[in-house]
Amino acid sequence: MSQENKDPLLEMYIFETNELIQKLEEIILESEKNNSYSLNMDEIFRIMHTIKGNSAMLLYDNISLLAHSMEDLFDYIRKCKPSNIKYSEITDLVLESKDFIRVEIEKIQMNNEPDGDAKNLISKVKNTLLSLKGDDEGTKENCLEKKKKPDLKQKFYISSLRKTSPKIIMDNEQNHPYKVVVKFINNAKMENVRAFTIVHNLDVIVKNISYVPKDIIENEESIKEILENGFTLYFESDKPMEELKKIINRTSCVESVQIEPVEETAAKQVKSITPDCNENVENTNSSHNHITSNILSVNVEKMDMLMDLVGELVVAESMVTGSSDLNGIHLENFNKSARQLRKIINDLQDIVMDVRMVPIAPTFLKMNRIVRDMCKKLSKEVELKLIGEDTEVDKNIIESISDPLMHLIRNSMDHGIESTKERVAKGKNPKGTITLTAKNEGGDVFIIIKDDGAGLNKISIYNKAFANGLTDKSIEELSDKEVNSFILLPGFSTNDSVTEYSGRGVGMDVVCKNIDNIRGTVSINSVEGKEMTTIIKIPLTLAIIDGMLIEVGNTSYTIPTISIRRSFKLEEKDLIIDPDGNEMVMVRGECYPLISLYKVFNEETEITDALDGIIIMVENGGKSICLLADQLIGQQQVVIKALPKYIKKTKGIAGCTLLGNGNISLILDASALIS
Amino acid sequence: MNLNEMIDSEMEIEEDTQKDKYLVFTIDKEKYGIEIKYVIEIIGIQTITKVPELDDYIKGIINLRGKIIPVMDVRVRFKKPVMEYDDRTCIVVVDVGELTVGLIVDRVSEVVNISEDQVVLPPVTSKKEKNKYINGIGKIGEEVRLLIDCNKLLNDDDKDTIKELI
Repeated sequence: MSQENKDPLLEMYIFETNELIQKLEEIILESEKNNSYSLNMDEIFRIMHTIKGNSAMLLYDNISLLAHSMEDLFDYIRKCKPSNIKYSEITDLVLESKDFIRVEIEKIQMNNEPDGDAKNLISKVKNTLLSLKGDDEGTKENCLEKKKKPDLKQKFYISSLRKTSPKIIMDNEQNHPYKVVVKFINNAKMENVRAFTIVHNLDVIVKNISYVPKDIIENEESIKEILENGFTLYFESDKPMEELKKIINRTSCVESVQIEPVEETAAKQVKSITPDCNENVENTNSSHNHITSNILSVNVEKMDMLMDLVGELVVAESMVTGSSDLNGIHLENFNKSARQLRKIINDLQDIVMDVRMVPIAPTFLKMNRIVRDMCKKLSKEVELKLIGEDTEVDKNIIESISDPLMHLIRNSMDHGIESTKERVAKGKNPKGTITLTAKNEGGDVFIIIKDDGAGLNKISIYNKAFANGLTDKSIEELSDKEVNSFILLPGFSTNDSVTEYSGRGVGMDVVCKNIDNIRGTVSINSVEGKEMTTIIKIPLTLAIIDGMLIEVGNTSYTIPTISIRRSFKLEEKDLIIDPDGNEMVMVRGECYPLISLYKVFNEETEITDALDGIIIMVENGGKSICLLADQLIGQQQVVIKALPKYIKKTKGIAGCTLLGNGNISLILDASALIS
Repeated sequence: MNLNEMIDSEMEIEEDTQKDKYLVFTIDKEKYGIEIKYVIEIIGIQTITKVPELDDYIKGIINLRGKIIPVMDVRVRFKKPVMEYDDRTCIVVVDVGELTVGLIVDRVSEVVNISEDQVVLPPVTSKKEKNKYINGIGKIGEEVRLLIDCNKLLNDDDKDTIKELI
């Protein structure tokens, strides 16, 4: 997200609209499954309405018109309940619109003008509506009548995401123009600021607000004018005058408020319809289980800053309580308070960590769409099952697993699941199943994608790998696991033809790269002809790792515990030196290269003999090497910090971390050392 | 005066107070000046964590109240003989654009005013590299201060261009 000082209103709009269209997609897909819109009608309506209103407010006409036409469509469905709804057609339409809106929002986000043309889509929507109406001639008049009865309660919607500043968006037909003259009491002072407060208060509930004098904030001269002529506002609103008056009166020092409707429309009497909007929303929300009632959206940068600060607090605390000045002094009360402080800081750290955690559900639900679209295109029948979507992971991780998941699902859809015919011939359930599971285990999150399709064909993978020179062993020598791991290599595809969805061999590479970036691993299990399972193992959070502190010379390094296999003292008989002087270590009959860290990092140390130091075996991506360090210091959770940008990337160092005493420890990058 | 104007004029005043002011530090026998607007703070020498594979003039990284910044030994950068750090060795923390870097200098002496008309361009010599980090010479009475170009000091453009040529 670009962090330039964007108009907060715009930022909110982008965030909210994105959220809304995502939800719309979920709902629409769910409705299609149930073949009924009745459960979610209000929700769909509310989303359309909010998008329409917000977009219109910011003058994004294409979006608001599209939303408006969709609203018409659903309005008809809701009121007339036509019997001949083609759910899949409407779903297509809604999804297409959603994509359109998404693209436009992206443009806005990049500070471009949203210039997409929605005309085609709108006419499509209109045609659908017409055909619905046409087929449903009988009920048509009926419902037109119904339409006349103003179903006013339904016309009020409020975005649940804006609890703090409820913004009500109304239908135009209920807005009435008003003119208001406000006079402040004498000696009120700061009339311009007070006037602005009124504007601000009204802004959220009225439309098209304008006022005289115009430049109340910029120009202090305006105070005089306000004093002389009063502060005049023009706006449109559906609220009764009394209520508007009340709102204006909320500002202090208001002497008198004069409200008058500008046209005779007021004669029609504004139907007094001001339902408690909040209540209305609460109802619709509770029907949807993925929404938590009170959400505060916070800029991720602020979160990062908070976490950094808490990290520093932890370090500072141990610097204070472990200060060498305290040595040898008996301080009962100090220690008591220090313990209390530590407890609070620990709690604080836990909470900050917890705040960054978000459920994986939205990412999973996105996959529904992919499965649905591909089902249609490939004419396969596939059901997507989601398990454990409540599992929570760090925000950064969520972002990086969305792409890999999409590729894996596509792979399963395209290669994995056979066509319905084939499935029947094989005696399988004609409907394929893809199961997406997320679960927490220890400090890791497992995401498992399982399909009951054809599985991997060991022979064809082997042949391809052999042809590409990836292996020179015979097929008998390789284990299933080794053969399976070939498909994770870039450019590897057993598909001979490139389809819309796959075949270029990029997919699995993307999966691996993305997962690797977040320090996760990918492994594949497959039973030929029956199923294929891809297991992604990722850490719970990116910011904190379990690290083993080691010492080389005077410098302390941290090795992520996840990559350590074992550590041991070397016996002379296990050390092998080849004619080139390369050292190797025999462990349980296998030979591993030995890398002396003091050589790699140019450290001065007394321990240069592999027999004196400690050997740490690290593993990454199936390969293991042994590292020689002076000694192990201990295990500790560390907060990862990036090296300053000024320092060009150094091989073998992944970042650094602060130790309890304020010193810096460098974090070793096991994968770089291995390669 | 409205708020924006007030802020603007406030900023101008602040800029004014920093104008023509230089922090003077010593390396070997020479005295150098660095524009005060770049300087964040001056700290004593502290434990430096070495980072492998760096240019020799970058000594490593330090922990500045939770922020990790690289430190550069200006002595080594200017190809002067290496000297042990002592009590008077200072780290001048500068902020140039996005970069925050600590400069290790022998000692920091004072902040002086050198008005623009007292600054002359460094003499052009055939050997360019001799004054590539200096963008002016400031005169204070009889003495001179070599004024450092912070951008050039931090960003080794020459090196990259040479690399590109190869």
